[in-house]
Amino acid sequence: MPRDLSYKAVMARRGEIMKRALGIEYDEFIQTKIAFDYEGMMRKAGYSLDEVRKIQRETGVGNTPLLELKNITRLVRQTSPKGFGARIVVKDEAANPSGSFKDRRASVSVYHAAKLGYPGVIAATSGNYGAAVASQAAMRNLRCIVVQEVFDSRQMGQPEIIEKSRKCEAYGAEVVRLSVGPELFYVALVLLEETGFFNASLYSPFGISGVETLGYELVQQVRERYGKDPAYIVVTHAGGGNVTGTARGALKAGAKNTRIIGASVDLSGLHMASDIDFNRKSFTTGHTGFGVPFATWPDRADVPKNAARPLRYLDRYVTVTQGEVFYVTEALAQLEGLERGPAGNTSLAAAIPLARELPEDEIVVVQETEYTGAGKHPQAQLAFARANGIEIRRGDPRESTPGKSIIIPEHFSQLNVVEMDLDRMRRSYIRNCIERSGVAEINEAELKFLAEETRETEAYVAEVIKELGGVRINAS
Amino acid sequence: MDKCQQGDWVEIHYIVLDPASRSGDLPAETRKVPLECRINGWALSSKRIGEEIEIRTPANRTVKGTLVRINPGYEHTFGPAVPELSSIGAELRAMLREGES
Repeated sequence: MPRDLSYKAVMARRGEIMKRALGIEYDEFIQTKIAFDYEGMMRKAGYSLDEVRKIQRETGVGNTPLLELKNITRLVRQTSPKGFGARIVVKDEAANPSGSFKDRRASVSVYHAAKLGYPGVIAATSGNYGAAVASQAAMRNLRCIVVQEVFDSRQMGQPEIIEKSRKCEAYGAEVVRLSVGPELFYVALVLLEETGFFNASLYSPFGISGVETLGYELVQQVRERYGKDPAYIVVTHAGGGNVTGTARGALKAGAKNTRIIGASVDLSGLHMASDIDFNRKSFTTGHTGFGVPFATWPDRADVPKNAARPLRYLDRYVTVTQGEVFYVTEALAQLEGLERGPAGNTSLAAAIPLARELPEDEIVVVQETEYTGAGKHPQAQLAFARANGIEIRRGDPRESTPGKSIIIPEHFSQLNVVEMDLDRMRRSYIRNCIERSGVAEINEAELKFLAEETRETEAYVAEVIKELGGVRINAS
Repeated sequence: MDKCQQGDWVEIHYIVLDPASRSGDLPAETRKVPLECRINGWALSSKRIGEEIEIRTPANRTVKGTLVRINPGYEHTFGPAVPELSSIGAELRAMLREGES
């Protein structure tokens, strides 16, 4: 009998498809309807830091330079109170083989797929991750399919994503380019079933353990050069893997007092599944449209249990505007001689105002850059925005409205961040856990799990659950 | 030239899900349009643009769709100069000079 390929039938088979395509027995780690053994899963299903370093050395991933942004730091100090303005350094992740930190994330998955004898790998992503998987697959002689959301119903494609399609094809991958919609995941499932390829998910323990080397390396490099730990590591936050992997690596390096700060581009008000909004945004990743939903419900991902759990690690979460990221992309090229980004410069845009909070002798790390290319460039993206009816002007970036206007700052001192309410996001996560599991009672183990998930105390979790109502707490 | 030869690099287009078959959880503007797909690969036969064709993809799959382009390339660019960006470098360098004096 031929497979039933209807949306409903394929989604109903997702559990078995994913199990075969990842080779991880998630059931082994699931403890209750709410709790699972996260560290057990990372230990047993993933790879140790030393193993990951070895795997990444084989394909030239990692050990990227740490560059001090001397001129930008000077401008930060000129616009800070006397004695303030931390030194800003950037981890030049564009130096990885396919041009972004995503090579770290792809390297372990592709290694694992080859080791297990899968004939190929599949990734569902419109970001740099596709190129990373394609590049790693080329090195390890595996076939590769990348599924991307590229164009709207007018057949109009985002220039940034078109460039990413091109790059995947350059590495020999098949690129399945789709119109707008969350059914990207459905298409990936159909392909996994059809080909028997490995699911190079962004959210498996392999993907996340691959990013740990980034946090580990940067702490070592900062210590070696400046004799101290970074005060802040600023991480562009979307699906949560960058935050989670980097923070875990920094902790493994022993940087206990370093603050992990997530930064996203503010795209509030734009619907990520909208055929109309799709081409009204100038950033296709690193934005709140992924950052908020993935933090408050990580298990929406293409694996049964997401290894990216940002609320476990975030000390703060801030947003910046599209116009500010374009401005700092220009500053990075013109003042530091580094043409990178734009999307990867989200954390740089946040790092500038954050560095103003700190004394001059502190270090702020911007933990990634990404390659620049045709389409993936401020001029291409702003010209596209203008053609789609977005107003573009110089002015106060806080006056911009995502999907309507992009305001490029008039002065360096206007760069700023807006603090997101992490407490509200923790509450939202706890509510999602309870609503989706449908439990009527929370036991001791679940209370402990939720406290770990939100980096809070059990008393805090109990209080939130009481406020939500309708659920008993059965714990001492 | 609107006819491809077997072995040519071509682009096909097909509908993955018509509007009625899509996910239930979509905004109205997305729900009323189909989920479409475009893939590049090598033509398995000689066909005209607009005709049904099978291709072999780089991942060695055989996929059927409507032939829409022959020798598809990429036309995305670095874009025209954007006036709102063009003076930023000079402004920031002037700020650095002021800071030094």
